[in-house]
Amino acid sequence: MPHRHSLTTLRDMLRQREISSSELTRHFLDRIARYDDLNAFITVEEETAMASAQQADKRLSNGEHGPLTGVPIAHKDIFCTRGILTTCGSKMLRNFIAPYDATVVERLADAGSVLTGKTNMDEFAMGSSNETSYFGPVRNPWNRERVPGGSSGGSAAAVAARLVPGATGTDTGGSIRQPAAFCGLTGLKPSYGRVSRYGMIAFASSLDQGGPLARSAMDAALLLKCMAGLDRRDSTSMAHDTADIDGALKINLRGLRIGLPTEFFDDSVNAGVLLRVREALAVFEELGASLVDIALPNSRAGIPCYYVIAPAEASSNLSRFDGVRFGHRSEQATNLQELYEYSRAEGFGEEVKRRILIGTYALSAGYYDAYYLKAQRIRRLIAQDFSKAFEQCDIIAGPTTPSSAFGLGEKTQDPVAMYLNDIFTSTVNLAGLPGLSIPAGLDDSGLPVGMQLIGKFMDEGRLLGAAHRFQQVTDWHQSAPEGF
Amino acid sequence: MSISKKDVEHVAHLARIRVAPDELTRYQEGLANILELVTQMQDCNTDGVEPMAHPQDIALRLREDCVTEINERSSFQKGAPLVEDGLYLVPRVIE
Repeated sequence: MPHRHSLTTLRDMLRQREISSSELTRHFLDRIARYDDLNAFITVEEETAMASAQQADKRLSNGEHGPLTGVPIAHKDIFCTRGILTTCGSKMLRNFIAPYDATVVERLADAGSVLTGKTNMDEFAMGSSNETSYFGPVRNPWNRERVPGGSSGGSAAAVAARLVPGATGTDTGGSIRQPAAFCGLTGLKPSYGRVSRYGMIAFASSLDQGGPLARSAMDAALLLKCMAGLDRRDSTSMAHDTADIDGALKINLRGLRIGLPTEFFDDSVNAGVLLRVREALAVFEELGASLVDIALPNSRAGIPCYYVIAPAEASSNLSRFDGVRFGHRSEQATNLQELYEYSRAEGFGEEVKRRILIGTYALSAGYYDAYYLKAQRIRRLIAQDFSKAFEQCDIIAGPTTPSSAFGLGEKTQDPVAMYLNDIFTSTVNLAGLPGLSIPAGLDDSGLPVGMQLIGKFMDEGRLLGAAHRFQQVTDWHQSAPEGF
Repeated sequence: MSISKKDVEHVAHLARIRVAPDELTRYQEGLANILELVTQMQDCNTDGVEPMAHPQDIALRLREDCVTEINERSSFQKGAPLVEDGLYLVPRVIE
């Protein structure tokens, strides 16, 4: 059964002609259709996928190949794909055919991957459960009554259910790492600037980063290498060599100092989650790493700070949806003002509107200093906390989330309870650092537990390397949900 | 309640989002809950701390002042709800 193999293994099997891309793509497309009750996909591109698989086979038979030739993948529906529906999980864009490819899409296509389709997501990436999607919630393959996490919930469910061997996601406050944790995957939010944001529909521009969701650190490293790099079309993308990532996969953990923030190990975290994370840390110690206690004293202010900055930036970014140039246009408007107001009221879902309103409030006259500037000052304190901590350690570790996957509908009536899911992840975006979630076992309910590793700026090589060493001696990342 | 109905109406106007009268209380409650969370920022002493707008404390790079993109108006306008002769149509604004 080819879906049991990792992305890297499949890539090698394709090169050795043990399987064709057409067979492999057909197999994964069949699985996508068979498990469509998960609602992981918004669009399945069967014809284009089979056509590009045949092209990949032609290249492979000529002995040519790129880093991912013939490997089927899926993109979160936040990435623009030329000629293919790109909805961002919203009614606003339910008919939007993107006229160009995002840089991430272009690079993964150039690497030879085969696009199977676009995955479901929280509307405009605003959510932690995939329940704000206009296209309905995604079910967690580990337990269909649980959420897969969000906002990259469709990508996470698809990879966990072995519908594709790897997928892209985006992470503004935890949207790759939290679903990776809930679905038992390896998910990386790269350093801010590592991956181009061109063609990735903007939520909060100073926080957004695209990254991979995969089944191992090795697979995530391979996808990252294909996605990353300087792009002249994103002025914040940085030229940074990804060669360090290959080298890092061979690192020795002897002498690696892992910092444990006391704030991440308190009683706000579910006991079953803490237990698994501590067991995983013991494995790192056996591999030669040392554990040091550190402090991130301002981390408690992270969520309040994030829920000013992210909505403020969103309120500005989402002003482009006006019913004129693209997206939903109201039928009931009689003048221009009404056209804007009704198109936006009808096109956006409730959570998106709530965030636009709170962001507009925080930026409005009389509140700007008390909210927006205050949040930006706290952001600096949070970034300084990390810098100080990294004087004592090389990487930071803790739980990715305070609990394992919660039930569908459990938190939809209480947005603030939903926001607290991002308590350990959002500060990493505020500081622009890389964060990786890896599987650390299952809790008593049989649900995956994620452990987060946080690195210094542009040091994701070390994170992936440490995770790879851990995955060489453990098999949590190999476990699949029952029935998949 | 830390935010009044009038405030919600004002912000909704600034954001160009129509909020129906029967939705006003729901938005007021939702925003009040978020503001309560956000107000916890006040516990944090930020005297003398410079605001941080962005994770990269570097100047944006410059490029050559030359044309890099081609005109793709017609392809971009394919996704527009209403266009005529290459122009976007909106309800009449000048009587």
